[in-house]
Amino acid sequence: MEYSLDEVMETVRMTMYHNFDIRTVTLGINLKDCIDPDIESFKSNVYDKVTEYGKRLVHEAGKLEDKYGVPIINKRISVTPVSLIVESCDEDAPLEIAKTLDRAARDANIDFIGGYGALVQKGMTRADARLIDSLPEALSSTERVCAFLNVASTVSGMNMDAVIKLGSIIKDIAGRTENGIGCTKFAVFSNAPEDNPFMAGAFHGVGEPDFSLNIGISGPGVVRSVVEKNRECDLTELSEVIKRTAFKITRAGELIGRELASNMDVPFGIVDISLASTTKVGDSVAGIVEMMGIGKMGAPGSTAALALLIDAVKKGGAMASGNVGGLSGTFIPVSEDSGMNEAVKKGALSIEKLEALTAVCSVGLDMIAIPGDTPAETISAIVADELSIGVVNAKTTGVRLIPVPGKIAGDYVNFGGLLGETYVMDISTFSSRDFIMRGGRMPAPITSMRN
Amino acid sequence: MPKDLVFITVIGKDQKGIIARLSNAVFRHNINIEDLNQKVMEGYFVMTMLADMAESKASISDLKKEFAEIEKQMDLKIQVQHENIFKAMHRV
Repeated sequence: MEYSLDEVMETVRMTMYHNFDIRTVTLGINLKDCIDPDIESFKSNVYDKVTEYGKRLVHEAGKLEDKYGVPIINKRISVTPVSLIVESCDEDAPLEIAKTLDRAARDANIDFIGGYGALVQKGMTRADARLIDSLPEALSSTERVCAFLNVASTVSGMNMDAVIKLGSIIKDIAGRTENGIGCTKFAVFSNAPEDNPFMAGAFHGVGEPDFSLNIGISGPGVVRSVVEKNRECDLTELSEVIKRTAFKITRAGELIGRELASNMDVPFGIVDISLASTTKVGDSVAGIVEMMGIGKMGAPGSTAALALLIDAVKKGGAMASGNVGGLSGTFIPVSEDSGMNEAVKKGALSIEKLEALTAVCSVGLDMIAIPGDTPAETISAIVADELSIGVVNAKTTGVRLIPVPGKIAGDYVNFGGLLGETYVMDISTFSSRDFIMRGGRMPAPITSMRN
Repeated sequence: MPKDLVFITVIGKDQKGIIARLSNAVFRHNINIEDLNQKVMEGYFVMTMLADMAESKASISDLKKEFAEIEKQMDLKIQVQHENIFKAMHRV
């Protein structure tokens, strides 16, 4: 036999016992060719394009799940940032498009559709402002639409006027939805990648072709199991072991992504090698860090352990695929990762430590429940802190906070399903209002002048 | 005709008739067994069968449906995966 029994069993075990899966296949769709001065024609163009390709995506992905025995958990669509396609339309066009996208996603059996957002790192057009103002209504009146805003970048600095707006918008979204769940569909970024396959922040960037099939692999369970098997080795060797595993799962992801793109007759985009955790026990990034020897996620040493982990994943992934892209960092969403959630419950993990983790490899403060009475300007200040790390370090950072109405620090909240459950985190009560309300634009850092 | 290879993997308690039942199912679908390997790993019976589906009318999902019955009756776990994924993961 061309393969040894051990080789075959390694692959089989990954899928059978260690939750190896393709976390998402996300088809990016250009909607610029749907624009029409007549809003009804515009909506029908959008609906037709999204449903046609959405249905094909679901159908073709299902066939590959069978062929390779690897579950493809989510089939999703990202579209051209909606603010760009409604520039010449009436005031209520953004909302109309949001509802159309929602209906199209539902009819095509797509669970989330991303791209309801704008890139405003340097300033806002009238259409951008209208879209931002529509966010609370759009996210509370639709089920599947995900929204994003890019408000900062290394070359443009940070649009603080947009950051001020965001604080109250996040609170408004929370207030209109049960347990503030609308906020789980909204991500704010610095340096947002244009080919990110993961929700809530996915959108089909302006530099992309008509279509682009992007894939997010997963495998915290697989990595955890190899770390478990290598309890005694030093960190150099541990890095090697993780690297080899990341290589293998990335190769599998690339194979499935390329085949899916070819079967759909669309260009293959990127493989996002982020380790995406789920609420399943054992499928947790915190679980890997703890298996490496950290007493509890958030304890001293966690930042170093996570840095080593993701560096090894990147090296293995880069060797496996020439198309690594998207976020390709660490996701440590608090509510969606059972180990992270447990660490919050035990008091091992604070929001400040989570912020520190983003300085090395995490891509943001993700799925964090905060007290419902947190002032809007404090939310803006947390966003500004987090995005500054991205701006200065020339990396992506994002924020997805949920100020849960009526809840205080320590309260339990359940978002249901893949969104998970969590405990409300403690937030400093000292105010930075005067700093935030200055507004303006934080200049780009000196490191951005590279020409 | 180019080959269309799949790995059929079985994990479970060792018992009489595992290979007989699988080979029978595979034979009925006109699938050729290219190679067979079995051993006891960590207390479990493990078998991998490399099979060529090129001349079969059945799809992988048809085969999986048929194996689901055997899985239930014999308390086994059976996985069918196209060879490409093993090539991608284990061969550079």
